[in-house]
Amino acid sequence: MTTNIPSGGGSTPAGNSDQPLYEAKRRVFAKKVEGRFRNFKWLILAVTMAVYFVTPWLRWDRGEYAPNQGVLLDLASRRFYFFPIEIWPQEFYYVAGLLVMAGFGLFLITSAVGRAWCGYTCPQTVWVDLFIAVERFFQGDRNARMKLDSSPWSFDKIWRIGATHLTWLLISVATGMGWIFYFGNAPSVFVKFFTGELPFVAYGTVMVLTFTTYAFGGLMREQVCIYMCPWPRIQAAMLDEQSLVVTYNDWRGEPRTRGAKKAAAAGLPVGDCVDCNACVAVCPMGIDIREGQQLGCITCALCIDACDSVMDKIGKERGLIAYATLEEYDSNMNLATSNRTTSIQPEKVRNADGSFSDKIRHFDWRIIFRPRTLLYIGAWSAVGLAMLFLLFTRERLDVNVLHDRNPQYVMESDGSIRNGYTVRILNMMPQPRTIRLSIDGLPNAVMKINGYPENKGQVYDIPVKPDEATALKVFVTLPKADVSSQAEEMRFIVEDPENGERRVYKAVFNGPGVKK
Amino acid sequence: MSEKHIDELSGVETTGHSWDGIRELNNPMPRWWVWTFYACIVWALAYTVVYPSWPGLTTNVKGYFGWSSRGQLATELTEAQATKAVYLEKIAATPVADILKDEELNRFATAGGAAAFKVNCTPCHGSGAAGGNGYPNLNDDDWMWGGSIDEIYTTITHGVRYTDDAETHASEMPVFGDILSPEEVKQVAAYVYSLSGGAPSDAALVEPGKALFADNCASCHGEDAKGLKDFGAPNLTDAIWLRVDGSEAGIAGQVTKPTHGVMPAWTARLGDTTVKELAVFVHSLGGGQ
Ligand code: SF4
Ligand code: SF4
Repeated sequence: MTTNIPSGGGSTPAGNSDQPLYEAKRRVFAKKVEGRFRNFKWLILAVTMAVYFVTPWLRWDRGEYAPNQGVLLDLASRRFYFFPIEIWPQEFYYVAGLLVMAGFGLFLITSAVGRAWCGYTCPQTVWVDLFIAVERFFQGDRNARMKLDSSPWSFDKIWRIGATHLTWLLISVATGMGWIFYFGNAPSVFVKFFTGELPFVAYGTVMVLTFTTYAFGGLMREQVCIYMCPWPRIQAAMLDEQSLVVTYNDWRGEPRTRGAKKAAAAGLPVGDCVDCNACVAVCPMGIDIREGQQLGCITCALCIDACDSVMDKIGKERGLIAYATLEEYDSNMNLATSNRTTSIQPEKVRNADGSFSDKIRHFDWRIIFRPRTLLYIGAWSAVGLAMLFLLFTRERLDVNVLHDRNPQYVMESDGSIRNGYTVRILNMMPQPRTIRLSIDGLPNAVMKINGYPENKGQVYDIPVKPDEATALKVFVTLPKADVSSQAEEMRFIVEDPENGERRVYKAVFNGPGVKK
Repeated sequence: MSEKHIDELSGVETTGHSWDGIRELNNPMPRWWVWTFYACIVWALAYTVVYPSWPGLTTNVKGYFGWSSRGQLATELTEAQATKAVYLEKIAATPVADILKDEELNRFATAGGAAAFKVNCTPCHGSGAAGGNGYPNLNDDDWMWGGSIDEIYTTITHGVRYTDDAETHASEMPVFGDILSPEEVKQVAAYVYSLSGGAPSDAALVEPGKALFADNCASCHGEDAKGLKDFGAPNLTDAIWLRVDGSEAGIAGQVTKPTHGVMPAWTARLGDTTVKELAVFVHSLGGGQ
């Protein structure tokens, strides 16, 4: 087999000048594996699935005027609820902030531990893991699946494959439904889903997500990572010499030898790799890590588990395949090859008794805290803290003022000048309130509000609805004697007398002398 | 691309292009990718069958669905009309003064009135309803024919000096140039000018002017010259001038040979519902009483 690095999962016969138009998909039958990374991955699978499916069902009491769903994206009324936090559309910078944090978080994780996102938490990885488990449940492990795959159609084959696909489909439908619960009251969405009362877009979403889950998780799997996803390209560019990546330590593995004892007896150099192919068999991407770092590797670390158990069995030290940085790998490689002047010499890295030489570099966890990652940690925390600060100090009351421009002012019959404004009071609390609206800066002006009894004053008490913006048509009239040729500065002030919340809007009052 | 070039390292054919010595590998695509590509072609062809597509000499292929953007618009408009109909019927059945009391109906009528205003009224009253010389500003609190919602509604319904409507506001100011001598006109103008705080060119004219006003003008403009809305006679003591620029000479000109505004009766053109909406809108502009 020749390596074909760019496509990761594929191989092309060397020197074949008649390039095929397309490459047939190579089937991957990932073998079951046990070990610490496998256990960790089961844990992450359980947690991420639980978060995805359970979250919309959590309740959170917000009083009678707001929904009681913990996490809710209310698109119709444009509100986003996250437990005690409610976000209005104009506060979407919080989401932008979260995206910035996600970006820095990704830089941090990738520069520290490589493609951890790909290997553990990416939905594609998690769902494929689940789908492989289903496949294994109905069809058995790698060898049984390979046999079933090549066997002719029979009742046994039909029911096993049928049951696999049916279960996949059920999981896919559940996944699609899980999504729409975030956009409405989950219990009633659940009921309405079956009574056919949901809007078409809900069913369409479930259909699309069912299809993508089934196709990506069941049928395409590693193809998604290799051909469709931009992530591997971006993540690869963010790795450096100190990033941890799943590495086959060929400085101790090579020359790989099947009959190690016989070869050793014959005086041949023998590496630790017994060429059992366990690492290849368990790989969900169908690649051979021993060919070196490659785009196809999502660093799920299952090959580490596989190889570790082989090493345990043959009584060798673990870590032939391990998380390692390029720096330590290079240093050990130079040791084994006398700075790349020879092929790998097993004795160069070992003492006479077969234990490893002291000159071997091992992973030092302190490398994780290097200037680059510290910078990312700093930036990530700075954005996070800034957002928390904003969140805890933000007002739940706001005011927007739109000054009438046509006409800019109106002269009344007594010669006084009137300006019109549209004042929007934003009550972002899920309770009705009485907000005091006043003007300031024009001592003799009076305010008049359409729909409110005239009080010839500067202060009005406005009842506002819960969690809504209230728009008012406000007229401010300045007596003739006070009218100057300047545009006068004034302020609209909204206050909640009960809790002291107060917002001020600087506005302008126009008169006849003002240039248009 | 006459010659095939094989990359030595990977054994993969290259595209044959070379940029500064860098060549691009021509790795084969996965089969599903190729099939997706074919599926897109089939989709595109099917699309041209069901949707309007190929141009002909005079028209184009209409497509199996018969869809058109114009048709879609028509459907949406019909739907919008149906939604609006509920409110429009309610407006038709509600006396105009009561519309103001119903918050939702008021909001709908104001918005509808604003739209109707833009189309029908702006040529004279301006897009901001601020009027102009001879065309009243509808924002202020000075109303010749009354500024209550019912009076505004009546004025829009029947128009002003609109001969086709029997109930139109018809009164006109006589041509005082035929009644008063030029000297007397000057005196009246000086008096009227002084009413709104102006200092006339010759203070001696004011006294005789006052007497002339009482005899000739007070019957329409009122003893106090504050106007009478029954006749559409404007208040002469305030700061607002409609037909003249507010100067003494301007007033004299209007007395000698008055000009009058005309407004059509709108119900005949727009229907009662729209006129109600217009009245609500104009009333909301700030001067409504
Ligand atoms: S090579 Fe190893 S770490 Fe990479 S995808 Fe395969 S099993 Fe996972
Ligand atoms: S599992 Fe370990 S010993 Fe076996 S082939 Fe892979 S690297 Fe070699």
